[in-house]
Amino acid sequence: MKWRSILNALMGSLVAMIVTGKASAQMLINGAGATFPYPIYSKWFDEYAKVDPSVRFNYQSIGSGGGQKQILAQTVDFGASDGPMSDENLAKAPGKILHLPTVAGADVLTYNLPASPKLKFDGATIVDIFMGKITKWNDPKIQVQNPGEKLPNMDIVVAHRSDGSGTTYIWVDYLSSVSREWETKVGRGTSVQWPVGLGGKGNEGVAGQVKQLPGTVGYVELAYAKQNKLPYADVKNAAGKYIAPSIESITEALAAAKIPDDFRFSMVSPPGEKAYPIAGATWLLVYEQQKDAGKGKKLVEFLNWAITQGEGMTSALDYAPLPETVQKRVFERIKTIKY
Amino acid sequence: MAPTNHQWRKLKNLLVQSVTCACALLVIAPLALVFFHLARSGVGSVNLDFFTHLPKPVGEVGGGMANAIVGTFVLLGVAALIGVPVGVLGGVFLSEYGSSKLNWWIRFAADILNGVPSIIWGIVVYALVVMPMKTFSAWAGGTVLGLIMIPLIMRTTEEVLLLVPNGYREAALALGITQWRMIVQIVVRTALKGIITGILLALARVSGETAPLLFTAFGNRFWNHNLSDPIATLPLQIFSYAISPYDEWHRQAWAGALVLLLLITAINVSVRLLTRDRFSRHGH
Amino acid sequence: MTESSLSVGSHALSAKALAERRLGDRAFKWLTLLMALSVFVLIVLIGIELWLGSHLAIQKFGARFLTSSEWDPVKERFGALPFIFGTLVSSGVALFIAVPLSIASAVFLTELAPPWLRQPLIIFIELLAALPSVILGLWGIFVMVPWLREYLFPCLKSALGFLPLFQGPIYGVSVLAGGIIIAIMIVPIITSVSREILRSVPGLQREAAYALGATRWEVTRIAVLSYARKGLFGAVILGLGRALGETMAVTMVIGNRPEIAASLFAPGYTLASVVANEFTEATTDIYLHSLFEIGLVLLGVTIGVNALAQVLLKTFAGPIVTR
Repeated sequence: MKWRSILNALMGSLVAMIVTGKASAQMLINGAGATFPYPIYSKWFDEYAKVDPSVRFNYQSIGSGGGQKQILAQTVDFGASDGPMSDENLAKAPGKILHLPTVAGADVLTYNLPASPKLKFDGATIVDIFMGKITKWNDPKIQVQNPGEKLPNMDIVVAHRSDGSGTTYIWVDYLSSVSREWETKVGRGTSVQWPVGLGGKGNEGVAGQVKQLPGTVGYVELAYAKQNKLPYADVKNAAGKYIAPSIESITEALAAAKIPDDFRFSMVSPPGEKAYPIAGATWLLVYEQQKDAGKGKKLVEFLNWAITQGEGMTSALDYAPLPETVQKRVFERIKTIKY
Repeated sequence: MAPTNHQWRKLKNLLVQSVTCACALLVIAPLALVFFHLARSGVGSVNLDFFTHLPKPVGEVGGGMANAIVGTFVLLGVAALIGVPVGVLGGVFLSEYGSSKLNWWIRFAADILNGVPSIIWGIVVYALVVMPMKTFSAWAGGTVLGLIMIPLIMRTTEEVLLLVPNGYREAALALGITQWRMIVQIVVRTALKGIITGILLALARVSGETAPLLFTAFGNRFWNHNLSDPIATLPLQIFSYAISPYDEWHRQAWAGALVLLLLITAINVSVRLLTRDRFSRHGH
Repeated sequence: MTESSLSVGSHALSAKALAERRLGDRAFKWLTLLMALSVFVLIVLIGIELWLGSHLAIQKFGARFLTSSEWDPVKERFGALPFIFGTLVSSGVALFIAVPLSIASAVFLTELAPPWLRQPLIIFIELLAALPSVILGLWGIFVMVPWLREYLFPCLKSALGFLPLFQGPIYGVSVLAGGIIIAIMIVPIITSVSREILRSVPGLQREAAYALGATRWEVTRIAVLSYARKGLFGAVILGLGRALGETMAVTMVIGNRPEIAASLFAPGYTLASVVANEFTEATTDIYLHSLFEIGLVLLGVTIGVNALAQVLLKTFAGPIVTR
């Protein structure tokens, strides 16, 4: 029957497509983890495929926790995480896992107010908003920091992330660093028990919530806010200056942050004058002793490329590259990977 | 003069016709709204590149979801291999054999399974397939989709088989054919259209699943050459793009969703056409 | 296999032929039985996986898990009560909206619609069963929720505000929005299955009713709906299953706040949503095990609700003859 033969032909060509693909002997290296660096990693892997066509890097963003779990279970060749692995988890690994920072990003405070004024906040005010102590936009604590703006008498609705995420981690890490009360009552984590507010899934959930309800305030990644043209606020840093979030101010924060030997660090509220206080890095997680020699060699070659060439591609995508000093240190650490 | 019973009944008839028509429209309305929103946002990005190119990083023109489209077909194929035989034969058992007690329990279990969130299925198949294989794979992805389909197909098959009148069964048996023949050639054949609807519904349902595939098929930015490797699918690709900050990727996500819906329609229509001529029943 | 099956009228079958027939029958019966028993195997597998994955949390919290309203990943105190509440309420609202609409639409499509309209509508509704949940969720937060917040919810509040269900501040994202979006997701499946059920009602039933002088609606009511009642109930149960397990679309519009409130305008959180939201990021053992326990609780809720539905079926459907 006519339809039958058409269907047969389709199935045949489909199978042929899959089978002939087998002809190329490419190595596939799988990685999983954080969603935050997905755009820059996918750019890197695509560019690297041109540099070395014999290997393909397949990175999927299943979340930092997922990345940590899969590298522990060794179902992937490398992991990626927005927050460093805890001692508890590192102890579970069958071998030593190295943390290699790659890029940094920032969280910004976005809001929905008529006429979208450019606002300034300090840490204490943000904490009070997120704890539910400041409930109106024209509260004196906010007004005094923004003398030029006439703030409306609207209720503040808080929007936060409902899904666990590195973005949340950076946010609550910052709030904990400026407020003991937050640190003891709520604490740090990729997910916390929020005192007030509505939960949105992903940056798009929070942004959607902020966009659709006037008076809402929330936090999103800088890249997200810039790409979607959301208004965001300047924040007062540890040196007392109000700083706007940008690639430059994030790099300043990175340069001023204290980075220990194992590269597991937090960079919120760093001392620098021009540093933006709510920023964080993202890491690649690799085993010091690689299981597979062939894959290990290719992985190391890629890492060297990323730390040197790759870093040049970051600003175009709104990520902050590592400062020179940190790049050198990471480069030295990559040399210790054995395969 | 008071309305006669006849006029009253005619009025009720008219009333019900309008109400059900309104209900149908109310049902269609949000679905149509979503579809048009999808079409408007995504149609611009559906071009030849979309069907033939691999995903490109943001900022580069011409990326597509070719590998995801093929991957979706591959996974649906594996899923159907698992889900259809088990589901249909299980449904046959429920309707034609068994005791009412055993069948009640089987039905109950199937209904429970239909309520398990797909993410839980993903975790289970992760433990059963991915961990022993030490890798994510197309097999794992197809397995989880197939398992989700089983209880759905089983119940819909059973329901339509039960509605085949007993007279058909008795007539066939009276003619002396064996029981299994009677079931396969008479009962199933009569209900085939309904069974196929059930299968298509199940396929449509699993084709949009994302969560379970995160831990099984994993996703792949490149072509899959080996079913034991990770594989790209439309829902996964749509999901990664939809939650990204970039407008261009958002548009590709909408385009992907549009293509997914069109693929499912194509499958629906072609399967319906293939089985139409021989098995059409009079009336509908 | 001897082909004497149709000519059996004139001569008896040989012993060999009879044995073959019985073997064929037995083999087929066992095959189908095996396939049907797979559901038990699957439930046991799921149960075992969830149990193994949650034992730490079960040990630590015990029955408190079901009654506590705390969900604190930092202090590692977890309780499932607000999620149970959210799941039950959102699914209940969804069924309340979807079931009458779906069945009425199915009736319209099979009995009352003009033939030219029928096929395109059917295809349209079925293809929407394939709508990825995440896409519906995005449409929900960007299109549906603002509309609800500006038009529908204030209308409901002014009309029905005397009920505690419709009081309190309106954010847009709410348990009611969650219920509505679940309804949109389950309508295609209930409508399609109901349509198949109604279509399969034998023509004889309808003709008999017409012969007695019934109007179209009466034919539908008397001959079709009563005959198909059990099947329609099955369609509703399928919809219910989908409603309980729905994750992505719901989590975008429900507000994700683990609280119990009387108002439908308040935000809520479902069992499936919290697992979807936090599973990939849960790094500590007790956190992960608590999420697995949420999965176990959801399995329990599904079993409970289905059992309740079966009881209702027995009570109300009574002695319906379908075979």
